[in-house]
Amino acid sequence: MGRFVLRRLGLAVLTLWLLATIVFVGAHVLPGDVGRRILGPFAAPEAVATLNHQLGADRPLAAQYWDWLSGAVRGDLGESLSYRVPVSSLLGSAVLNSLKLALVAFVLVVPLGILGGIAAGLFRGRAVDRIVTVGGLSATVVPEFVSGIVLILVFAVQLRWLPVTAQAPAGSGLGTQLRYLILPAIPLVFVLFGYIARITRAGMVEALEADYTRTAVLKGISQRTVIARHVLRNALLPTIAVVATQTGYLIGGLVVIEFIFNYQGLGQLTFQAAQKLDFPLLQGTVMVMGIVFLLTTLVADIGYSLLNPRIRYGRTE
Amino acid sequence: MSAVEEVSAELDARRGRQGRRAARGERWRVLRRSPTFLVGAVIVGFWIVCAAFGGLIETHSPFAVDVLHRFARPSSSHWLGTDELGRDVFSRVIEGARGILVVAPLATAIGTVAGTVIGLVTGYYRGAVDDVLMRVVDAFLAVPAVVLGLLALVAIGPSNITVVVVIGIVFTPIIARTVRAAVLAERELEYVQAARLRNERSPYVMFVEILPNVTAPILVEFTVRLGYAIFTLATLSFLGLGIQPPAPDWGVTIFNNYIYLTGGVWWPTLFPAIAIASLVVVVNLVSDAVTQVFER
Repeated sequence: MGRFVLRRLGLAVLTLWLLATIVFVGAHVLPGDVGRRILGPFAAPEAVATLNHQLGADRPLAAQYWDWLSGAVRGDLGESLSYRVPVSSLLGSAVLNSLKLALVAFVLVVPLGILGGIAAGLFRGRAVDRIVTVGGLSATVVPEFVSGIVLILVFAVQLRWLPVTAQAPAGSGLGTQLRYLILPAIPLVFVLFGYIARITRAGMVEALEADYTRTAVLKGISQRTVIARHVLRNALLPTIAVVATQTGYLIGGLVVIEFIFNYQGLGQLTFQAAQKLDFPLLQGTVMVMGIVFLLTTLVADIGYSLLNPRIRYGRTE
Repeated sequence: MSAVEEVSAELDARRGRQGRRAARGERWRVLRRSPTFLVGAVIVGFWIVCAAFGGLIETHSPFAVDVLHRFARPSSSHWLGTDELGRDVFSRVIEGARGILVVAPLATAIGTVAGTVIGLVTGYYRGAVDDVLMRVVDAFLAVPAVVLGLLALVAIGPSNITVVVVIGIVFTPIIARTVRAAVLAERELEYVQAARLRNERSPYVMFVEILPNVTAPILVEFTVRLGYAIFTLATLSFLGLGIQPPAPDWGVTIFNNYIYLTGGVWWPTLFPAIAIASLVVVVNLVSDAVTQVFER
């Protein structure tokens, strides 16, 4: 077990380094001339040269790469060009806000998705199954900004049930904050529901057809007990792994959702950095998104292995 | 090779071809009976017709500005109303199909070709190259495609061409992983070993022997990725980094008009939103049907 965790940690560190390299290539190499990209095609060459010098972009790429890596390890992600403060100081509250929104979405979608998947699996091939699978797939693939805008139109503009923005007035209590976060969480729920329901359904179908279920039925145990004790336990295991991998989709959705609901989170910060060509801030936010994803999959992997003894041994890759 | 062996080899080849053709016919029959596939294919077809012959359907020029009649409600002269510059929303929704239906399949094709080559090479050779590439794929997958695309497009500068290339490259590692998995299963089979024993060169084994046998997973992956490509492209266009104006792209149109929602002007936003939702849903219904047929 200890070896599995160690191996998994080592891989995570390696992936983190590769991620930092990809982000470096995106922010330092792809623009070619960083100063020219920020100031535009009509800026004076002297101004471009000055900016490049200020940013350190006139130095060899290897030196820039070393600065970025060693800084990132120490938690120093450079200074934001648009805010004139260290990038790391902007990230804290943004990550916290995004976590709140993500938490609301998860609390809504996990039970819904699992229930939907269980219902679809139990009534395979029937109407419930078709509604959950086809409806779930459709909800999952519609971009968040489309569903978000339709929701704003219906529930905020026409019915006036919920606020248009996600940002609760400063100093408001938990209940008010929650009320502001419900509408923006729903598009994220849509995107995740289909996946979670689908995996749960697949797990259900497999468990229902397994030999141990047949044995339990033949022993004369009531259907309710068979499902609760034998089917559900085995069916829900893969769901845990999937919920964790879906954080990636969740984070991607935050960019547009926080933007259209005007919510000061990691996604909004990413989009602002993109609009202002604030490369240090942009590479910081992308890096944090990657770290959050790697952490959640790491925790899920280890948790999954604790629950499933088959993974603990005999896993080669 | 003796005459008998030659004949039997020829027979084997013919039987393989016939078997493959029979399987293809069977899959096609199953697909034609699937209601989700049929509905999906009809609606995808509708948008393809709009993209190809939009000019014949449009009631106005999608670019004609008429500021005096801005934000006109849907009526008999403007079926879906007009937008913030008085342009006809119906004609712009029809015209908007073209950009997305050219860019998304092109980007997916780039990703599929590059991913197939990388997947074949890594799956066939295994070893150090394979290990390194799979770690790089993991790192790519740690950041959502939309965000990775956003970073690259901000760095290079957005244009209709860069967005094709960027989405293609962002999808390459994902497709490479799928193809690699399929190749790993194939390379242990007898026909690959036979080809190796015949001393065939590696590129021949990969592209002439293995590739035809992994086309099914590649086709499935292409249709699934096409759905994601439309999703990613629409989102990037909404953020101003995808398809560029003056093309009346749906995402761009929504971005330009959604601020007027609170003022009660819903038609320039809602109709492009419905267009995106319909396209992305039916493409995924089709790809889901194709996936089920190939994986049964």
